[in-house]
Amino acid sequence: MPNETVQPIKFYQTGTLTVGNRLLDPEKRTVQASGERTNAITSGHRACQGCGEALGARYALDAAMRATGNRVVAVNATGCLEVFTTPYPETAWQLPWLHSLFGNAAAVASGVAAAMRAKGRPEVRVIAQGGDGGTTDIGFGCLSGMFERNDDVLYICYDNEAYMNTGVQRSSATPPAARTATTPAVGDKPGNVFGTGKNLPLIAMAHGIPYVATASVADLRDLEAKVQKAMTIRGARYIHVFVPCPLGWGSASQDTIKLARLAIESGLFPVFEAEYGEVVRSRAIRRKVPVEDYLKPQRRFAHLFKAGKPDVDRIARLQAVADANIKRFNLLRPDGDA
Amino acid sequence: MNKPFAITLDVGSSLANLTGSWRTSKPVYVDRIPPCNMTCPAGEDIQGWLYHAESGDYRAAWEHLMRENPLPAIMGRACYHTCESACNRGQLDTAVSIHAVERFLGDLAIKEGWLITDKAPPTGKKVLVIGAGPSGLSASYHLARLGHAVTLCDAGPLPGGMMRFGIPKYRLPREVLDAEIGRIVALGVELKLNTKIDDIPKAMKDGGYDACFAAVGAHLAKRVDIPAPDAARILDAVSVLRHMETGEEPPMLGRRVIVYGGGNTAMDVARTAKRLGAEAMVVYRRTREQMPAHDFEVREAEEEGVVMHWLRTVKQVDEASFTVEKMTIGADGWPQPTGEFETIEADTLVLALGQEVDTTVLSKIDGVKVTRDGTIQVDQGMMTGYPGLFAGGDMVPSDRTVTVAVGHGKKAARNIDSWLKGASFAPTPRHGLATFERLNPWYYTDAPKTVQPTLDILRRRTSFEEIHSGLDETNALFEARRCLSCGNCFECDNCFGVCPDNAVIKLGPGKRFDFNYDFCKGCGICAAECPCGAIDMVPEEK
Ligand SMILES: Cc1ncc(C[n+]2csc(CCOP(=O)(O)OP(=O)(O)O)c2C)c(N)n1
Ligand code: SF4
Ligand SMILES: [Mg+2]
Repeated sequence: MPNETVQPIKFYQTGTLTVGNRLLDPEKRTVQASGERTNAITSGHRACQGCGEALGARYALDAAMRATGNRVVAVNATGCLEVFTTPYPETAWQLPWLHSLFGNAAAVASGVAAAMRAKGRPEVRVIAQGGDGGTTDIGFGCLSGMFERNDDVLYICYDNEAYMNTGVQRSSATPPAARTATTPAVGDKPGNVFGTGKNLPLIAMAHGIPYVATASVADLRDLEAKVQKAMTIRGARYIHVFVPCPLGWGSASQDTIKLARLAIESGLFPVFEAEYGEVVRSRAIRRKVPVEDYLKPQRRFAHLFKAGKPDVDRIARLQAVADANIKRFNLLRPDGDA
Repeated sequence: MNKPFAITLDVGSSLANLTGSWRTSKPVYVDRIPPCNMTCPAGEDIQGWLYHAESGDYRAAWEHLMRENPLPAIMGRACYHTCESACNRGQLDTAVSIHAVERFLGDLAIKEGWLITDKAPPTGKKVLVIGAGPSGLSASYHLARLGHAVTLCDAGPLPGGMMRFGIPKYRLPREVLDAEIGRIVALGVELKLNTKIDDIPKAMKDGGYDACFAAVGAHLAKRVDIPAPDAARILDAVSVLRHMETGEEPPMLGRRVIVYGGGNTAMDVARTAKRLGAEAMVVYRRTREQMPAHDFEVREAEEEGVVMHWLRTVKQVDEASFTVEKMTIGADGWPQPTGEFETIEADTLVLALGQEVDTTVLSKIDGVKVTRDGTIQVDQGMMTGYPGLFAGGDMVPSDRTVTVAVGHGKKAARNIDSWLKGASFAPTPRHGLATFERLNPWYYTDAPKTVQPTLDILRRRTSFEEIHSGLDETNALFEARRCLSCGNCFECDNCFGVCPDNAVIKLGPGKRFDFNYDFCKGCGICAAECPCGAIDMVPEEK
């Protein structure tokens, strides 16, 4: 599973890892490096300082707009992304954008795609997007139906691992041990329980749809390449983007990208691509770190690191989760060290 | 009212919401001084010229370099590159091979015949420079670029000073030396060889010079008293190396040569002797670790077959054998005699015990002070106690390297320029250091240093061919691109990309970025993700 989605440029000052690179041919540069990028979400939105979701959504939608020549409509589930961009009557969106309910984004998007087809404008593409709660829990039925019907929609989930907009409640994407408003850090097993939750990318793959991918705000090139690729495919597609939330996770606002990077490098968030139900590629770990490096800067995991008595057992269980990912997606291999 | 049901307001833009008011600290772009620049004795803006080399604009890189140092091809060979020991990349994999890129640029400039043409308009002032070594050449170059009329005198038959009479050919080919000196002369510097000046104030007055820079170096060899018969052959390192340049025949060194001393000059002589076919040995009274010679010089000498005798002093010289005494290092770190003796068969002794400044000409000038270690005292601006007379290079207290000398020449030139204008020279204040801790090394891909090909060992022992060859274009470009651009924006677009509030403004190629404080919420992601540490977060005033 080589790293083909990423451009093979070696030995430049910063390789392919920075947003831009003045030494690259213009056509090889990222969308985000361009002064002409569309800024799908413009300034003045009310996301918190250091919001990973605002960043991830701009990365994804700017790439989709570039890929389609701006012929794209977005349908949004309820959640932070919807709320912080559109306090009535303002909007931060720079593309046609619709919001209906918390749980029906996938169904509304299927409808928009059908309408475009009916109107003879199939070149207008449709993106549905929502948070992890809107995707893995309440919107799951509509989403599964959209997958099953193979509707021509790209669904993007921005995963910040809880219901952030309503005050950090647990979702089925909340990791084990994480403290949320509904999984408080009390008792002998503080935080979210182990052994629960859903892995939506794998569930999406089980529907046999043409394209499923995971991505992260820590790897812009990879994320853009995946959105771009998704826009070349017709039918149901799913991209799951990892977006740290400083407020909900109790992390420093400047650490958003760093935490996303540590999630990848520890193995806790595997970055991969699947076609028709099969994993075809994964992004190798470049500088492996123990899960502690990722967990420690976040207050939602602070109970694992109590002074004098770290919760060794449950840290080891989280490490086991990372190790299982590393094995399953073949994340440690020579091409990672670039 | 032509609005849909339940809609009462027109659509507005979030741009009306100036989220910059949320900020408690704000990002600001800074330029920090990279460690390479910080340590460079010639004050080169290394990161600055590497930036141009990275994009393949070698001419711009060379011109940028030439702002501080007129001798890149020489410097790329003869400089001991303290910059590379300080280079932050060394903490990542290996330091950038700065000297190799510098040499590449210098060689390319010679090959292409690049010249410096931009000079300040003539000032009408005349400056006399005494000594055409690195310091005098550098001063002449900078003074000429500043618009002054320069006369450069040297007592010797050829210009270059210790670069010619101290650094052997195999480290610095003479074509390179001649080319870079030629370029300085082409700038309009009047070069007068075989011209010894014994009375500086008189020469200044007679020639109508407004200022003078003296840099005649240190070439009196230090000697020791060693009992020896009259027939014993005892030479000094400086004259051996000098003879290599001026003599018709190579110096008579005999079959077995002992070089006495542990500095770079000792290595140069030993390696030269080896190349002339002699058996070369070095005798040094302390340990290898304590040798003042650079480690690589000692290593290369050993590779070439120079035999080292550590912890020995020469006690007695006879015609075909020398008596040496074993030493040991005492508790105070100094060598102590042991009373044990050995005999080494040899027929020539070359003393390489250091050099002293000939102060006779300067010390008799009014106001000029000689320090206790026999060098000329100068002030912050390189001026001696005699107004208008400046001095630099090996004759003033310093580390005595070619690069330090070049730096002195530049510094003196800038001070002379200010002095001639009746002002005092104020160097631009230096920025804070760009430390490794300020970098975000994640963004730099692995790229170990390109190894310069080394002449194979057999040829090195027998010929005076240059032992290190240069980088070719691909290698040089690769090497330049290894630079991390410590503390100085290199337009990687990271800040522009990672801001969740689109509050970074891209100003276009070469113009860097700006912040839009109307919308910057002060999250600090840009500063955290800046690879080179060129953004500071500054608390907002309450
Ligand atoms: C049917 C319904 N139930 C509950 C809500 C309240 N609600 C609004 S947003 C939200 C949480 C959204 O969480 P997620 O989908 O993870 O998005 P995030 O805010 O974390 O980005 C909830 C519970 C609602 N709007 N509609
Ligand atoms: S990486 Fe570049 S800027 Fe940094 S110390 Fe080395 S040469 Fe200088
Ligand atoms: Mg969420």
